[in-house]
Amino acid sequence: MKLSILVNEGPYTHQSADSAYQFTKAALEKGVEIFRVFFYHDGVNNGTRLTVPPQDDRNIQKNWSELAEQYKLDLVVCIAAAQRRGILDEGEAKRHGKGDGAANIAPGFRISGLGQLIEAGIEADRLVVFGD
Amino acid sequence: MSTLHMVNKSPFERGAMQSCLEHALEGDGVLLFEDGVYGAVKGSAVTGLIENKAGSVKVYVLGPDLAARGIAGGRLIEGITVVDYPGFVDLVTAHKGTQSWL
Repeated sequence: MKLSILVNEGPYTHQSADSAYQFTKAALEKGVEIFRVFFYHDGVNNGTRLTVPPQDDRNIQKNWSELAEQYKLDLVVCIAAAQRRGILDEGEAKRHGKGDGAANIAPGFRISGLGQLIEAGIEADRLVVFGD
Repeated sequence: MSTLHMVNKSPFERGAMQSCLEHALEGDGVLLFEDGVYGAVKGSAVTGLIENKAGSVKVYVLGPDLAARGIAGGRLIEGITVVDYPGFVDLVTAHKGTQSWL
């Protein structure tokens, strides 16, 4: 059984970013394969390395990065949604003349296109949508 | 089993749970999570919506989200099954597909 996850809500908004993380983690711990997690709309805000939540609060962004490292997860951020919200990798920062050090994509995330969402839906047995 | 319907909105805020229950077919599952768990509490204005479907649709509620809102198990509508996150994963794999009622 292979699952793909779609996250449409940003962190610290309502609860969907948390639910998506907890669900993905539970699936991986059960040995269920996660083909890809795709971040769309405000969900792309889960993929910035610049978040600094209070120390006694959960760090949603870091949780995703750690999960990605542990399980070699494919975390994909939609490029159009990311550009609108200022989520950039090195290449995009350079292409848009945002200066050195402007790249803010978090470890474990990569920026790509909507085709990756379509592929995630085709390749996985189920696509589970979390959003607001 | 066919479709797992996922409802994350309070039935007192939006009509997602009602729409979902009206569309759910016999043998489908409905999972109430996040603010959707308020729909699982017995004796409310919307309790009848779930009770009317009790024979054909199986209703589940996410335990951690109940606990986060201080809703004890004894306050739930009869026949609703409490699941945890691993149980949530099992529901997704046991049904043919999922539908999020956003």
